[in-house]
Amino acid sequence: MSEPVLTVEDLSVRIAGLHILQGVSFTVAPTGVTVLLGRNGVGKTTTLRAVVGLTPRSGEVRGTVRMGARSLLSQRTHRLVRDGLGYVPEDRCVFAGLTVAENLRLAERRGTTAAYDRVFALFPELDRRSRQRAGSLSGGQQQMLAIGRVLLNDNRLLLVDEPTKGLAPKVVTEVAEVLERVAESVPVLLVEQNLAVVRRLARDAVVLAAGRVAWAGDAQELLLETALTRSLLGVGSVEGHQPASQPAAAASAPEDGN
Amino acid sequence: MDAIILLTLTGLGLAALYFLVASGLSLVFGLADVLNFAHGLFLGVGAYATWWAAGNLPGAGPDGLGFVVAVAFGVAAGTLMAVLVELVLIRPLYSRTIEQVLVTVGLSLAGVALLQATWGADARPFPRPAWTREVTSIFGAQVPNGGLLLIVAAALVLGAILAFLRWTRYGLIIRAGVENREMVTALGIDVRKAFTLVFAIGGAAAALAGALGSVYFGTVSPQQGGSLLIFAFIVVVIGGMGSVVGSAYAAVAVGLLQQFVNYYGTSGLGDICVVALLAVVLLLRPQGIAGKAVTA
Repeated sequence: MSEPVLTVEDLSVRIAGLHILQGVSFTVAPTGVTVLLGRNGVGKTTTLRAVVGLTPRSGEVRGTVRMGARSLLSQRTHRLVRDGLGYVPEDRCVFAGLTVAENLRLAERRGTTAAYDRVFALFPELDRRSRQRAGSLSGGQQQMLAIGRVLLNDNRLLLVDEPTKGLAPKVVTEVAEVLERVAESVPVLLVEQNLAVVRRLARDAVVLAAGRVAWAGDAQELLLETALTRSLLGVGSVEGHQPASQPAAAASAPEDGN
Repeated sequence: MDAIILLTLTGLGLAALYFLVASGLSLVFGLADVLNFAHGLFLGVGAYATWWAAGNLPGAGPDGLGFVVAVAFGVAAGTLMAVLVELVLIRPLYSRTIEQVLVTVGLSLAGVALLQATWGADARPFPRPAWTREVTSIFGAQVPNGGLLLIVAAALVLGAILAFLRWTRYGLIIRAGVENREMVTALGIDVRKAFTLVFAIGGAAAALAGALGSVYFGTVSPQQGGSLLIFAFIVVVIGGMGSVVGSAYAAVAVGLLQQFVNYYGTSGLGDICVVALLAVVLLLRPQGIAGKAVTA
């Protein structure tokens, strides 16, 4: 098996007294989509943010995160991103007061040529709306902008947090198609609640429960096991379902039998 | 009618002074979340450096080009001070609000004490060009030239800051950073360089306010920065923390209100009305006139 692009070992994150991640270990394959699954509040977003160095300063992060041979936890976020760790956050986080063109221009880097051709080929809408304020775009268009911003540069790994959250079904399909095409050239670590999207995109899956890895393996295999998905994610069928919420899970013990 | 024109223009002069102090304060707070109580010290440093340069610096003087050199020296000193404060004192304390407040309040007090120890606690006459002591007749009103100078300077600074924010890459980074600093970092940008830059801009504008404010008042004193800072904070809150244009609107509102009420009411009542205006804005529009959009 080829070397993983990302290795997470014994990652623990404590924020405001809550032990959100309690020794999470997994790897991300150098190709395709690895999906991070779990009920709400188990620490999926916290994991991505810890990898990219965005844990709040008041938080405490322990463990090892490596991209290739390079240790990431001691690095500052902007350096990680410049070194090829692309991050698309939950809720898009486009700059609402800036135009589409300005949002994209922010992602340009000195000394490299921004791949506008690639971005506009994937999202022609962004080219047409370049002078429009990002805050006036629809949710789907904002998501395209958030992904497009990251794709302006070459990445070694993309971290994408719930890209289909709150989007209409048609837009969900469009976003999934784009991620499918993106994943042909760059590995993706995806947090996703929509299991239909997971089934379409994911090759590997890591399931978190109460801050620990409860299951890791072939994503398609996981989705075929109805009893397993029900016990891990709170759903029994893949089509269009999203895992049930588990708000109190973050600081509690892992679920048994998962 | 003459009185109204005079009050309007002197009110705008006061507004210009507030804006010069508040614009930098607002940018620093909007981008870096730093409530900088030492901002008044940059004003004091600018004023005293200009005063010192006018009497001692070769090429500088109280008149003509020499005065321009003296003001440029004052602005450079205020800018340098602001950059040093950011790099040495504030940078290690980002995200630690209480420590920031303690450090900047302490620095402000220490700075005033240092100015007093060096040049005395009393106000000193400020060397200024003769024409700034004169008045210009505008529609029959005799308006002090020092106030007009402040208005012109503030308008130029506003235009320059807006052009910088709209047309340069660092301006873009600052506008984005005021909205969502973390996301700027997540795009591979070292936002700390922008922090230093906004401190430099704020320090320069405050130092200019110190120099031109001293021209307007005719004196320079160690307490000057602190007393102006209170109204600058009010302007920042009314305008919207992080918004330069909001600060400009708020400065005009505060300056005119203060001037008119102090003239037609009792002296000092204008200050109370300004605080009342602040309370009303906080109740009705807590995000301020312009919210957090830098150039709105």
